[in-house]
Amino acid sequence: MATTTAPARRQPAQALRPAPKPRHIVGTVAKIVLALVFVLPIVFMFVSSLKPDAQIFSDLGSINAFLPTGHISFANYAGVFDRVPIVTFLMNSVGISAATVILGLLVNSLAAFALSRMRLRGKKIILTAIIATLIVPFETLALPLVWWVNQLPWLQVNGFSLALTHGWLDTYRVQIIPFIANAFSVYLFHQYFDSIPKELDEAARMDGAGWFQIYRKIIMPLSGPAIATVAILTFLPAWNSYLWPIMVVQSENLRPVMVGVEYFYQLNVAWGQIMAYTTLITLPILVLFIAFQRSFVNSIASTGVKG
Amino acid sequence: MKFHKSRRLLTASIAAMVIAAPLAGCSGTASASGGSGGSGNSITLWTHNAGNPAELAADQKIVSAFNSSQSKYKVTVQAFPQASYNQSVVAAAASGKLPCVLDMDAPNVPNWAWAKYLAPLDLGTSLKGQLPSTIGKWNGKVYAVGYYDVALAMFARKSVLTAAGIRIPTIDTPWTQDEFNQSLAALKKTGKWAAPLDLGTSGTGEWWTYAYSPLLQSFGGDLINRTDYQSADGALNGANAVNWATWMRGLVTQGLIAQKSGADANADLTNNKTAIEYSGSWAAAPLSKTLGKDLAVIPPVNFGSGPKIGGGSWEWGMTNTCENKAAATAYLKFSLQPQYQASVAVAAGTIPATSSPAALKLDPSYGPGGSNEIFAQISRKYAELRPPTPAYPFISTTFTTAAQNILAGADPKSTLDQAVRGIDANIKTNNGYK
Amino acid sequence: MVLIHPSRAETAPSVKKPSPPRKVNRGRRKESLTALGMVAPAVLLLALFIFVPAALAFVLAFTNAQLISPNPIGFVGLTNFIQLFQDPVFYRSLLNTLYFAAVVVPVQGGAALGLAILVNTKTRGTSFFRTVYFLPVVTSMVVVSMLWLFMYQQNGLINELIHRLTLGLVTGPDWLNNPATSMPAIILMSVWQGVGFHMVIWLSGLQTIAPDLHEAASLDGVSAWQRFRFVTWPGLRNTRALVLVTITIQALSLFTQVSVMTQGGPLYSTSTVVYDAVQTGYQQQQTSYASAISLVFFALVLIVAAIQRFLTREKA
Repeated sequence: MATTTAPARRQPAQALRPAPKPRHIVGTVAKIVLALVFVLPIVFMFVSSLKPDAQIFSDLGSINAFLPTGHISFANYAGVFDRVPIVTFLMNSVGISAATVILGLLVNSLAAFALSRMRLRGKKIILTAIIATLIVPFETLALPLVWWVNQLPWLQVNGFSLALTHGWLDTYRVQIIPFIANAFSVYLFHQYFDSIPKELDEAARMDGAGWFQIYRKIIMPLSGPAIATVAILTFLPAWNSYLWPIMVVQSENLRPVMVGVEYFYQLNVAWGQIMAYTTLITLPILVLFIAFQRSFVNSIASTGVKG
Repeated sequence: MKFHKSRRLLTASIAAMVIAAPLAGCSGTASASGGSGGSGNSITLWTHNAGNPAELAADQKIVSAFNSSQSKYKVTVQAFPQASYNQSVVAAAASGKLPCVLDMDAPNVPNWAWAKYLAPLDLGTSLKGQLPSTIGKWNGKVYAVGYYDVALAMFARKSVLTAAGIRIPTIDTPWTQDEFNQSLAALKKTGKWAAPLDLGTSGTGEWWTYAYSPLLQSFGGDLINRTDYQSADGALNGANAVNWATWMRGLVTQGLIAQKSGADANADLTNNKTAIEYSGSWAAAPLSKTLGKDLAVIPPVNFGSGPKIGGGSWEWGMTNTCENKAAATAYLKFSLQPQYQASVAVAAGTIPATSSPAALKLDPSYGPGGSNEIFAQISRKYAELRPPTPAYPFISTTFTTAAQNILAGADPKSTLDQAVRGIDANIKTNNGYK
Repeated sequence: MVLIHPSRAETAPSVKKPSPPRKVNRGRRKESLTALGMVAPAVLLLALFIFVPAALAFVLAFTNAQLISPNPIGFVGLTNFIQLFQDPVFYRSLLNTLYFAAVVVPVQGGAALGLAILVNTKTRGTSFFRTVYFLPVVTSMVVVSMLWLFMYQQNGLINELIHRLTLGLVTGPDWLNNPATSMPAIILMSVWQGVGFHMVIWLSGLQTIAPDLHEAASLDGVSAWQRFRFVTWPGLRNTRALVLVTITIQALSLFTQVSVMTQGGPLYSTSTVVYDAVQTGYQQQQTSYASAISLVFFALVLIVAAIQRFLTREKA
């Protein structure tokens, strides 16, 4: 980008350029071909959601699978709304995922900050212990965890009175709190914080800044990539969580979206409706990503440079 | 400029807390009322029918009728999706949160009874005239009873069979093994189908045992020795079983079936991608809608030991932890009235467990001369219960893996031997499941 | 620009400023307490929701516990482990898992970097392409597996495409039903699904490299490859570790794709350790045996992690 000819940028630049360079053409073609590769299965999902079941499968072996041909209708979408309380499920998932992500960002970055930059006896051991929890696949913990969360107490607030209840099953909190602290997030933040020069906080210390201020005003603003990564990494499993809610949530009005997919596997599987439902539950994340990638990925460069 | 971001993050965190707080708050009430077995005279009922509005509504209608028929007890319904229903139940059992009444897939009844999830039922005369395959027994006691059953069958176009010179079999003279093999060969020869038979090999979970162990039984083998249910040796790896396995693999090598069939067998038959579909009574409704009068329902093949299908579908029981067994029993008895059973069967498109006049009035299609009568006949004549032993879940998964390996080309004898060793070891580990 | 000289060698902070010793001590104590307070929420939550159940699972591995059983639980020592080490399915699953990770880690990491460089421009439409490449990531793995299951059929889209592109010369295999092609098919689909996520990580790394460095380099007439080799690559040091670890962890816990698409078959060619553990633990109800499998899996991942840590240290 030519920065010297700031005033009349666009027009002259384009006029001066004789023809697009071959490398640009190659790059653009590559981008488009790749885009097709990535988008086609999703197009297949969307297009199929508009077709009756028999046609989805008769179109399977040809280009028609990606084209809205034949009997196109929104019948599958109507079927979805008859079968699944999708609005409730969506609201639940939005609430659960948002809470998990934001609390997770806070809790994990704080821990990583302390472990990366502050003096604390035994912090190596703490970090190792935290990272060790990474290797435990959730599937193997699920059952003991169900039993365990059922033993946990909870302080319930009823107006001005407090009551101690017992057991977390069938609640929102059982879908959020166990997933806030995440070893991977701590590790990613720690890794990232380590790469930020210590001189920055030392200077701030000399100016009399407290540790929380350093965390808030120096480290976090410089950690865009880590925040972005952790946010996606926390959001996706929260949105897609499926095994856990099946085990701990009994009330239909507390269920998240992925459990809804199961509703379609009846003796005669409703494929078209599955496609419609999955299209509907994918859309919100997509919108979120578009918003998110503008605010994170694009702004990281400027934050990094100016910081 | 650089503080801007952190402030935004902070605002966002506070927003999250605000979102999370009411979530956590209102969950308290949910857990209080959603309880498990229910308290006092109000009990909870679990069903696998989430996502199946018709059948769920039928169940709900029984519950409302029961609640208004008397003032002592109150039943509340909680529905779960079928595909993950077992996991929900097992997790609830692990934390002592089972409801009072629940339904379950028939072959699980002995396992859950043995594990003391279930309490034996005392339903008195309510079981009179009930289709035998809908009663879940273990160790001589009744633990569950179903309102309906389903039946395996094959579906084809009459026109296609006739054109290939194939006899359309009847319930009294089903195909023999030779006739079946010749029919498949004739269809293959037309060159119209890559694989004429769709055995449903893309199915997962219980389908494999439900669908293919009856074939094994018709060959003269079985999943386990049914005298004392202590070993599968001889039954699952004897000469008959090896014949069955060899025949199954032969279907793949001769190109008569796809090693993995299409995801939607009904669609493939409708689209003429396959000629014969092996499925169950539930496929009749969608198929007769697309094929109309051309649809042929073919009873199971006799491979030597008589035609066989698996018996038992969803059945209702009462849990051991239920604090008000009188209420649960009263509800179950109430629900077994023929008109209620039949209304659920109609909604589910299944064979009613009772053939009383009241039931037939609701759905004459399963009665004499009805379009679905053949399924009722198949069920009555050929249904064989899957082995009623607590070892069943293990046997079923072991059998499924073995069958999948055999279709993929593993040596039949040694694969079956390995399955038998696994099953016998598991029975021993569990002290004979006694 | 911050990230150009990541100071690995930790500068001892106490050397810097000579001040009265008592004050330092008090400051230290306060700092330690603050640090403890910051670490506490995460540690507490992890202890509550991972250490406790993991400890339970650990104990289970030495018992005869079953998922559903009326029998009392008893300790059986190493029985489960002895059985495990004689179990050919477990070895096969272990090998498959390592095979999957060994291919997916470099392929997905490399492809993601390629994509990131491709879309690390300020031209119009960049944001569109980024979003499109990210699409599979936000689509649930269960759904994606289902879609690919359809596409991989013998007469499915992929084979149709192969047939067309080779002018009918090549007939594609029955991807998921052939022990030779089933794992490669799952690998391809997994890379397709996950690559967009790592593209974003690379991208965020790329954007921290100051553009003036690139400009300076291109003014000097340095070739694109040299620019990548001497400017981009070193600038991505931290991002590299991040990508490596995220892919490795994901790869080692391969489960959903297998569960939806092949159920470990054909002939165990796609069975993985986590799939094996879930299959035995839930479907076959052998909770204690599944716990033993998981325990061995923990050990395996620990070793892999240690090796990676060692390797990345060396290069630093």
